[in-house]
Amino acid sequence: MSDLASFVDLLAPVAGSGLRLSVPLLFARLAGLWSERSGVVDIGLEGKMLAAAFASGAGAAAFHSPWAGLVAGIVVSVALALVHGFAAITQRGNQIVSGVAINFLAAGLTVLLGQVWYGQGGRTPQLANPERFLGLDFGTLGLDPHSPLGRIWGDVISGHNVLTWCAFLAVPITWWVLWRTRFGLRLRAVGDNPHAVDTAGVSVAALRYRAVIVCGVLTGFAGTYLAVAQSAGFVRDMTAGKGFIALAALVFAKWKPLNALGACLLFGMLDAVAIRLQGTPLPGVGEVPVQVFQALPYALTVVLLAGFIGRSIPPKASGIPYTKDR
Amino acid sequence: MSAPHRDLPPLVDYVVVPFLNLAVAFLVAGLVVLAIGENPLQAVAIMLHGALGYPEGIGFTLYYTTGFVFTGLSVAVAFHAGLFNTGAEGQATLGGLGVALLCLTFDGAPWWLVLPFALAASALFGAAWAFVPAWLQARRGSHIVITTIMFNYLAATLMVWLLVEVLGQPGSMSPETKTFEEATRLPFLRDFLTPLGIDLGQSPVNPMVFVALAAAVFVWLLIWRTRFGFELRTVGQNPTAAVYAGIDPGGIVIAAMLISGGLSGLMAVNEVMGVQHRLLLEFVAGAGFVGIAVALMGRSHPFGVVLSAALFGILYQGGAELAFEKPAISRDMIVVIQALVILFAGALEHMFRPALGRLLARTETAGGRT
Repeated sequence: MSDLASFVDLLAPVAGSGLRLSVPLLFARLAGLWSERSGVVDIGLEGKMLAAAFASGAGAAAFHSPWAGLVAGIVVSVALALVHGFAAITQRGNQIVSGVAINFLAAGLTVLLGQVWYGQGGRTPQLANPERFLGLDFGTLGLDPHSPLGRIWGDVISGHNVLTWCAFLAVPITWWVLWRTRFGLRLRAVGDNPHAVDTAGVSVAALRYRAVIVCGVLTGFAGTYLAVAQSAGFVRDMTAGKGFIALAALVFAKWKPLNALGACLLFGMLDAVAIRLQGTPLPGVGEVPVQVFQALPYALTVVLLAGFIGRSIPPKASGIPYTKDR
Repeated sequence: MSAPHRDLPPLVDYVVVPFLNLAVAFLVAGLVVLAIGENPLQAVAIMLHGALGYPEGIGFTLYYTTGFVFTGLSVAVAFHAGLFNTGAEGQATLGGLGVALLCLTFDGAPWWLVLPFALAASALFGAAWAFVPAWLQARRGSHIVITTIMFNYLAATLMVWLLVEVLGQPGSMSPETKTFEEATRLPFLRDFLTPLGIDLGQSPVNPMVFVALAAAVFVWLLIWRTRFGFELRTVGQNPTAAVYAGIDPGGIVIAAMLISGGLSGLMAVNEVMGVQHRLLLEFVAGAGFVGIAVALMGRSHPFGVVLSAALFGILYQGGAELAFEKPAISRDMIVVIQALVILFAGALEHMFRPALGRLLARTETAGGRT
């Protein structure tokens, strides 16, 4: 029993922080899923997240409310999503190029405006606790907080903020909408065979625009989580490649909502373990340089993309602009 | 791919359309400056004077241009093979490692002896860093945009580790190697030109500017005058047709990325051997990403790349002067302009074509009637 207790003691905090670290990936990955299922490749998840993080940090600071931050984050993210939609759907431009442009736009504008407005090297003002999404306290349920079950309840399940719950709820909702409703069926069809959808008299562009907007809303949540829940304000380049890691998780998940839960949790846990192990010598290896842990998520992303863990086939029409045959 | 738009005359296609796209990009950038509360026209005047108004400014502009020519050519070669190399930043970083290792090994040897090997080392290291993403794209179909970006992050962390733990000087707090001996550093053009009465001031432009021009000629010959270049363009335009023509698209993809990585790596000689004289963190300073905008704006043609690299050189040097005079418009403004150029000259490049086509058709019929 004492073995189990010490094991849980060690693991529960790591599992809890792993869950929290996986939230932005989860949102971003679902955002990518909506967009790519409709046939619009989105390499600009990173930029939309970053812009949303900045907007939410600024919004929460201006109106002293995390909800104002969330609204600001979503509005800015959807605006960028519409720019991408205009380039990809209406102008039939190169979707990768458009996504890269959005990433640079976000990287430049956030720091530029942050410096002009706040003069703190691109940061938004430090948020006080009432201006943030903090963990919700569900009490102890009458469990002894030091027993293994109590630790699991206290460290892993309870104490998450409202956005974390939203992220995990968004997974079944996405699945239900995309796989169990008429709208979802059409949206997936437009990513696989837009001509068929067009023949059936449904507008390809309208469906794709709706998908792109949902993608913007979800990246808005992801960015807000970074700046208003996980941290107390925006810091330059705070997404640190999470948008690209989310895309890799999407490939790994074979473009299905439930599959990638595992991939996102894996990245989150990896981050949590890396934070925990920094500076502590590993048995048999000695002290591992910090940079190895910092590089791990990026290396793992490359490994996932290499497809050594099973082949994955994207929606057939993703990345291809739709032109009506005349 | 179907051509959705009416074919335009070459003059409109190659001059008017890119000019319009660029004009819109700068118009939007002007609006951003206006939103910050500064006068865009005044900003342009300060930038132009800072970049071209006096010999020292021109020297700085040429120095920035040199780096952008290399990264722009790098992205352009990949574009011709249908690849989007977003990893020029990381490849240039590794190129810097190659140059620094060579210069430290032969520290004190005359620069003209070291230079050819430095060029080779930087290209080799840059190409090596491009190899894994290239192989994964060619053989496993992994998305090269994401893998090259991941390799940028990996290069950055590798560099921190190397400079802090391995190559850094004992007793020094800053993560950088020791400074090369005077003899091994590339000379500055100012050393030759200032005695002749052209006062380049402190500008760091060095002989690499000529190597950059040579690289542009090399890329032109490679892409349009060799069998390999033909195969590369075929793969870029139609991989299926390439297979029927007996070309191995995977092999071409890998070769194109190696050349692209090598060109990015060369950029580091300008910085490490020519200007900084030591290896330090983040010496690439975004030049790899500027390469994307440069290639798109130059329509992947070496001549266009040189022109647009010069434009970005002006923006960088002018931007530095602008940030000095108007602190509100920081260097991040350049990243915004870069993004707008990529958006309007890249993703939205066809925006004005239908309207231009209609306009031309109308003038033609009007001309027919009279």
